[in-house]
Amino acid sequence: MSAALRTEYRKLVSTRLWWVLLAVTGLYMAFLGGVLALALVLGDGPMTGLPTGDGPPPPPLDDLAVALSVYTLAPALGYVFPVVVGALSVTGEFRHMTITPTLLAEPRRSVVLGAKLLASIPVGLVFGLVGTLAATGAGAAALAASGHDPLLTDPDVLAAVGRSVLALTVWTVVGVGFGSALTNQVAAIVVLLAFTQFVEPTLRIFLGAVEWGAGVARWLPGAAGEAIAGSSFYSTAGLAELLPWEQGLLVLVGYGVALAAVGRLTTFRRDVT
Amino acid sequence: MTQDDTTRHDGHRTGQPEVSPHGDPHDAAGVVEVRGLTKTFGTVRAVDDLSFRVLPGRVTGFLGPNGAGKTTTLRMLLGLVRPTAGTATIGGLPYAALQRPQRVVGAALEAASFHPGRTARDHLRVYAPQVGVPDARCDEVLALVGLTEVAHRRVGGFSLGMRQRLGLATTLLGDPRVLVLDEPANGLDPEGIRWLRDVLRHLAREGRTVLVSSHVLPEVQQTVDDVVIIARGRLVHASSLAGLAALTRTGVRVTSPDAEGLRRLAEQRWAGRWRDVPERPGTLTIDDVDAPGVGHAAFLAGLELHGLTETSVGLEDVFLRLTGEPPVGPAGTSAGGASAVGRTGPDGEVAA
Repeated sequence: MSAALRTEYRKLVSTRLWWVLLAVTGLYMAFLGGVLALALVLGDGPMTGLPTGDGPPPPPLDDLAVALSVYTLAPALGYVFPVVVGALSVTGEFRHMTITPTLLAEPRRSVVLGAKLLASIPVGLVFGLVGTLAATGAGAAALAASGHDPLLTDPDVLAAVGRSVLALTVWTVVGVGFGSALTNQVAAIVVLLAFTQFVEPTLRIFLGAVEWGAGVARWLPGAAGEAIAGSSFYSTAGLAELLPWEQGLLVLVGYGVALAAVGRLTTFRRDVT
Repeated sequence: MTQDDTTRHDGHRTGQPEVSPHGDPHDAAGVVEVRGLTKTFGTVRAVDDLSFRVLPGRVTGFLGPNGAGKTTTLRMLLGLVRPTAGTATIGGLPYAALQRPQRVVGAALEAASFHPGRTARDHLRVYAPQVGVPDARCDEVLALVGLTEVAHRRVGGFSLGMRQRLGLATTLLGDPRVLVLDEPANGLDPEGIRWLRDVLRHLAREGRTVLVSSHVLPEVQQTVDDVVIIARGRLVHASSLAGLAALTRTGVRVTSPDAEGLRRLAEQRWAGRWRDVPERPGTLTIDDVDAPGVGHAAFLAGLELHGLTETSVGLEDVFLRLTGEPPVGPAGTSAGGASAVGRTGPDGEVAA
């Protein structure tokens, strides 16, 4: 298995797409982090009308809510990049027919798929770190520049930041599972983009509007990812109710495992011609 | 090519009690055996009850027209396609049961199995950990196939010939005792084909089993020792190249102004071996004779001859006859017979 992991690692770093997507993740998260932080403190957000001198001290929850919303942008919006990178690690093999030499090198197909799932963890960690630190860094800088406490030493904030990294890591594994279940590269990317950017957000808004919906919406993968970080601007805005973070983790890992199992029993069982 | 005994002889010798008359009895680990192999895709029998053996120390040509089932057979041998029935083993074991399979079998299936964004060297480095060789081996095999200078170029810009060389380099990474190459000569220029021939002959001389598929016999004719010919998924011929050459025939095409006299002579001397050439009155072909023999007989019979040419049914004609559609007309209108009429010259020499 360690040889299979080294092979998977080398497959990734010997192509260019992963660091292009990593750079895009960083830039996108930094941009959104800065913009959202400014929008929340300067606009008609929860901080408006904050007393500066007299009166009761500002409720710390408000500053905290802003900070948490901004610093957990990666699992709320940026997770699409690690999930695509995970999926490409499988679909790319079928697209370029390198699945043939891959299976010649390791005929045990469960080992191949297992190595891909495991190898995606460090990759996801890198995406999680870059995405989370970009959103947190830019967000904190924007908060500090507009005279607010970025709360970077607050234990709750630090926990949320750490779990945001974890959420993106799990998302990469989910991507591998998804790619193994749907090996057509173009179809996989289209489905991933459509689901994460349109289907799930729409579904959550719809479910939020009906009485029984919130309980269901919490179990969607995107909501589970946000739950891992423990907060998101969806939940801050009252748009979503999240599971406890441990449950969110279990749910998202469950999606990844279920998709990988489907892939193992379908595409990874077929003849490679 | 270095001989690394520790990797060459750690193979699996069990399960192969039969000893081939050609091969080294101690080298059963290098024997490729296909037995009753069958694959159906829907209603199509792509491979139909195929059995043959491939022996170490020889280059074996796996021949047949496109669509004959060669690639499907090789993919079943390599565990990529599950047979409907039958077995395919290497040293008595199916591919999937081999420990570190690429130390035993090096296989290149199609020239397109490369990520276009990867460099040649990176392509090899990707598989090196699983083959179980250090990165330095990647540079060695690149040098072996003459790709050192383009080692750091992306494969996307490679010609088909360069990809074939890189495919061969991949198969050599683990210094395997068995090589399986699907259409390795495709896309090579004549110089490249000659280079490939030298490499394959050298690998076989080292005692390796070399199985190369091709859809054109002349491409590998000067490379192979043995031939396994299939058509429509079935075995049509398996022998040494000399065995195939024995199916070639020489004959004579003879013309006389005295058509009746010529026929009379032919019936008298070569009954059952002559036939008319259609629409050429006074011209016959006669099998298994040479020009002096026919000329002498005609001289003794006082028959005037206006044409006397040796013809031959060459290896390629035999191959086409074996793999072509079954002949529908009388003898002489089959693919082999027809081209024998138009083809004269020393084709038969290749067989010698």
